[in-house]
Amino acid sequence: MKRHLLEAADLDRADATLVLDTAAQIDAALAGREVKKLPTLRGRTVVNLFYEDSTRTRISFELAAKRLSADVINFSAKGSSVSKGESLKDTALTLEAMGSDAIVVRHSASGAPHRLAHWVRGSVVNAGDGTHEHPTQALLDAYTVRRRLGRLEGVRVAIVGDVLHSRVARSNVRLLHTLGAEVTLVAPPTLLPVGVGSWPAEVSYGLDPVLPKSDVVMMLRVQAERMHASFFPSAREYSRRYGLDAPRMAALPDDAIVMHPGPMNRGMEIAADVADSARSTIVEQVGNGVSVRMAVLYLLLGGGVQ
Amino acid sequence: MAEHALGSAPATGVLLSAADVTRVVDRMAHQLIERAAAASPGAPDGGLSDLVLVGIPTRGAPLARRLAARVEAFSGIPVDVGTVDITLYRDDLRRQGVRALEPTLLPAAGIEGRLVVLVDDVLFSGRSVRAALDALRDLGRPRAVRLAVLVDRGHRELPIRADYVGKNVPTSLTQQVKVRLTEIDGADEVVLLGGER
Repeated sequence: MKRHLLEAADLDRADATLVLDTAAQIDAALAGREVKKLPTLRGRTVVNLFYEDSTRTRISFELAAKRLSADVINFSAKGSSVSKGESLKDTALTLEAMGSDAIVVRHSASGAPHRLAHWVRGSVVNAGDGTHEHPTQALLDAYTVRRRLGRLEGVRVAIVGDVLHSRVARSNVRLLHTLGAEVTLVAPPTLLPVGVGSWPAEVSYGLDPVLPKSDVVMMLRVQAERMHASFFPSAREYSRRYGLDAPRMAALPDDAIVMHPGPMNRGMEIAADVADSARSTIVEQVGNGVSVRMAVLYLLLGGGVQ
Repeated sequence: MAEHALGSAPATGVLLSAADVTRVVDRMAHQLIERAAAASPGAPDGGLSDLVLVGIPTRGAPLARRLAARVEAFSGIPVDVGTVDITLYRDDLRRQGVRALEPTLLPAAGIEGRLVVLVDDVLFSGRSVRAALDALRDLGRPRAVRLAVLVDRGHRELPIRADYVGKNVPTSLTQQVKVRLTEIDGADEVVLLGGER
């Protein structure tokens, strides 16, 4: 393992498998226990440095660090010295001077965690940067697929929706490819990035032909906050063409699962009855997120790499 | 312990052959049966259904399973087995770095109020046992915890001692005791390596 986790490409197949295996062991070790706490990272400090709003990722990281007995400091840009104009570098050096061992960072600017990694001595974990990457989300998604389907090699995954703005899609394409899955991106041409042809994934403009040959359908959120141009004519039309509703779900193979990184727009990219169906892993993904992030923190912070 | 004084270390070589390992495990199984019976006199099961053998991975785990199989063979009473991974409870994480985790598996009946015997291959500094005790504390409250090891090589760094010992081996700190078991290494053997003086 490298010292930082900045993007899915930081993990080769062995590393990624180690994270998933470690998460599975942690899950098994804590299952059914009254004391869901391990003493592993006692005395270490993890800072959650969040420049963008987040509920599940921040709480998930916080819980993961606390279950490993690390001390956690939550820092959000609102109401801090950032609003007085402090730079990312100065904020990071300040936090490090106070003794942080790891910084979990979310930032609206793509590449911010990379810059940060050059300035600090501790580990940096990317918890989502702009439209670039969100590697721990990809890890928890891979973990969820492996738990549900029992394998990743050869699993056919369709990633549907706003690929252009989605850091989840970027990280997932990279990681799932590393782990041997076959990815198909499904989106209107306006929501696909330039150069998508060089990604290790197939591309389809239509959802219906892809569904019968998918083991996993991963719906992406339509990110209203990033929709500053007319990427599609209307929400209704998008929902008609790319939304996952019950009739579309029926076209999936019998054991296929439906995923969503959350937060979801019910009725937009995913119908409510699909989101609440037995095939949906959306709630499971949240729970798995804590185990996977525990594994990441353990592997990055648990002493020098051998 | 006096017999562990430096200078009495034997030369490099085989400490236990495959046949020796089998004999030693059999003897330890008999001792477990004896002491369980002594602890609950008159019990129809000889106190054995109360017993849980918990192995410390890697090699403590198959050793615990073997002991349980021998106890059952000699007494006719099945004994619960489990494993407890201590990786996340170690105190040398900063120095040793991370290692892969092993499974923690406990019998369905758990360890609450039962007699737990921790099983490991080599007893050395005692730090693994301390970590295992910490892990057990998070898993439940056994009636009592005992310790069984195949080899006790001395050099304790903590006030810990084994209740069942396969073989006491005085060693020097520069030597290595290597336990090989069929389940993991393809053959049974205990050897002493290096550090001849």
